[in-house]
Amino acid sequence: MSTATLDRPDDRAARAYPAYSRPLWRRVLLTREFAVIALLVAVYSYSYANVPNFDGPLTLYYLFLDIAPILLIALPMTLVIITGEIDLSVASVMGLSSALVGVLHADAGWSLLAAALAAIVVGAVCGAFNGFLVAYVGLPSLAVTIGTLALYRGIAQGLLGTKAITDFPDRWTDLAKERIFGDGSSYPMILIPFVVLLVLFAWLLHFSSFGRGVYEIGLNDEAAHFSGVDVERTKLLLFVLAGAVSAFAGIYFTLRFGSARGDNANGLELQVIAAVLLGGVSIFGGRGALHGVVAGVVLIGVISSAMRLEQQTVNKINIVIGALLVLSVISTTLLGWAQAFLSRRGRGATTSSGPSTNER
Amino acid sequence: MTMKIRNRRLSALAAATLVASLALTACGSDDDGGNESGSGDGGGNTTVTFLPKNLGNPYFDTSSAGGKEAVEEFGGTFDEVGPDTASPDAQVQFINTAAQQGVNALVVSANDPEAICDALNEARDAGTTVVTFDSDTNPECRDLFVNQASAEGIAKAQVDLIAEQIGDAGEIAVLSAAANATNQNAWIKLMEEELAANHPDIELVDTVYGDDDDQTSFDKTAALLQSHPNLKGIVSPTTVGIAAAARYLSTSEYKGKVALTGLGTPNQMREYVKDGTVTAFALWNPGDLGYLAAFAAKALVDGDISGEEGDTFEAGKLGEFTVDADGTVLLGDPFVFDKSNIDDFDF
Repeated sequence: MSTATLDRPDDRAARAYPAYSRPLWRRVLLTREFAVIALLVAVYSYSYANVPNFDGPLTLYYLFLDIAPILLIALPMTLVIITGEIDLSVASVMGLSSALVGVLHADAGWSLLAAALAAIVVGAVCGAFNGFLVAYVGLPSLAVTIGTLALYRGIAQGLLGTKAITDFPDRWTDLAKERIFGDGSSYPMILIPFVVLLVLFAWLLHFSSFGRGVYEIGLNDEAAHFSGVDVERTKLLLFVLAGAVSAFAGIYFTLRFGSARGDNANGLELQVIAAVLLGGVSIFGGRGALHGVVAGVVLIGVISSAMRLEQQTVNKINIVIGALLVLSVISTTLLGWAQAFLSRRGRGATTSSGPSTNER
Repeated sequence: MTMKIRNRRLSALAAATLVASLALTACGSDDDGGNESGSGDGGGNTTVTFLPKNLGNPYFDTSSAGGKEAVEEFGGTFDEVGPDTASPDAQVQFINTAAQQGVNALVVSANDPEAICDALNEARDAGTTVVTFDSDTNPECRDLFVNQASAEGIAKAQVDLIAEQIGDAGEIAVLSAAANATNQNAWIKLMEEELAANHPDIELVDTVYGDDDDQTSFDKTAALLQSHPNLKGIVSPTTVGIAAAARYLSTSEYKGKVALTGLGTPNQMREYVKDGTVTAFALWNPGDLGYLAAFAAKALVDGDISGEEGDTFEAGKLGEFTVDADGTVLLGDPFVFDKSNIDDFDF
């Protein structure tokens, strides 16, 4: 008798985890992330078949070179947004690190490696400043990083004025554009640090207790605090990571174009955030996954590349990407309404067959 | 809770459908236009893409219109692409796209002489001819540069204009930009030489600097007229300076008595030319510049010229041009704008 009574609650407890109540394939495939991946495949196949020259050998190579900074910064940005915060200063940190590499290398005569390391340290410090104000002083990240967006960009332009530093050693500028598997391959060298960082961030977010804390904070940071997550330290660390990765992206940007300017990467923060949101991360925090974000970034890249090949202007490309972003954000609400409407109708039809177990 | 999960699943599906339909229609509707242009293999049909510093800039609208006219004349396909803001990294993406499309010729006004170099060379490796105009890159990154004006030409045109307007005798002054502006100082020096050689009765009494700031230039003009009561003319080789000086003169007692000329744009100077403050001023014609650049690109693509010094080619209504040292082609003497032609221009 005791075994029987024990079995039943166990059974019920298992059913109480709704996230695992569906078969694995449905849990993996029927997600927001997978919707983005499916869309990416659809747009890519469509472009491959219909857009002239999209199937050329240079398309993927340039695509990766173009989106590399966004791919890089999207990684820490995903974690920041999942905690319910935002970092608008990433592109300014890129500009600052670009200007700094230029000044330290050309004016102060440092080796490029030393200048790059210094820029990454400065980027981390910039991030730490953001993180300190957000996590420990408790200011809203939107306000803080709008401020530092202007501040870091101002310092960058103050360092260089309107001039550009362009005399970088060929060895380094070539490295930024090098292909991994020799001439003719479509994969530039910058994908190697990206993949390393991707593995690192995927582990951090999806397979570590730190990552579970990140989601907790996004869902409810007080509850996270009481369940033992160090909310302040987590946020600080994420902003530091965002700063350091942005600085690295700034160095790549500088070397790719062989030009250090204070206004480099102006406005890139919006592309990063757009890609992250398109990838299924909730702007309210607590939801999102890195494979969706990577697909979101590549999707934006493919759309831009295909539309440029179609001779469309930047404005039209922005309109499509903007509309896509708005749709992806409001789709949750729209579908909530649709769902409520459908379930009301469905409930009307099925009440006779017994109360639905799905009701709360 | 379960409700929420079901919502999420459904929303993912519907998001995919919604967004997919949007993206597909967006691309699909443009498809027809895209297939016609872009491919560079249409035998004999030269594809020329203009890439100005930025779009929506009247100066470059005029140059692209000139380029389009030329391309239509020789029966090629014209396209204009460009970024919103004049930044080199944005230009690189369009250069890359041109390389992918394999256009025959790319006509560029460079936002940075160095930063777009590698991208241009990659496009050239892919078989695209690169012509720069208005703003050059380093010579090793392009096949030809179409130069709008030479320093000598600019100096001589301004001296000739002021000499004609004041009767080749009397005191004149120069209103420049910043005191250390390289091009301004080079022009002023050449103007002094030209005055000494060919206009002995004209005396250059003063050079003042308005720092390319509207208000400063305005104040310097006022001070200049007070300190030199016998002044007969002002030359301002900067578009900001000439507009500010004209604004001062047009409301002062000196209007029509003190001549003003220099380098200006038609849109800024139109009202002062019409009210008689300014008789004539100079600048190059960006329409001709684009026209010449397109013909130069065509001549390179067809193999008529290789960009060597001494090569000559025909450029439609503009006549024959010769390639100078360092692979540059000079448009010619500055263009003079006056009451009779200023309404033909919008830049």
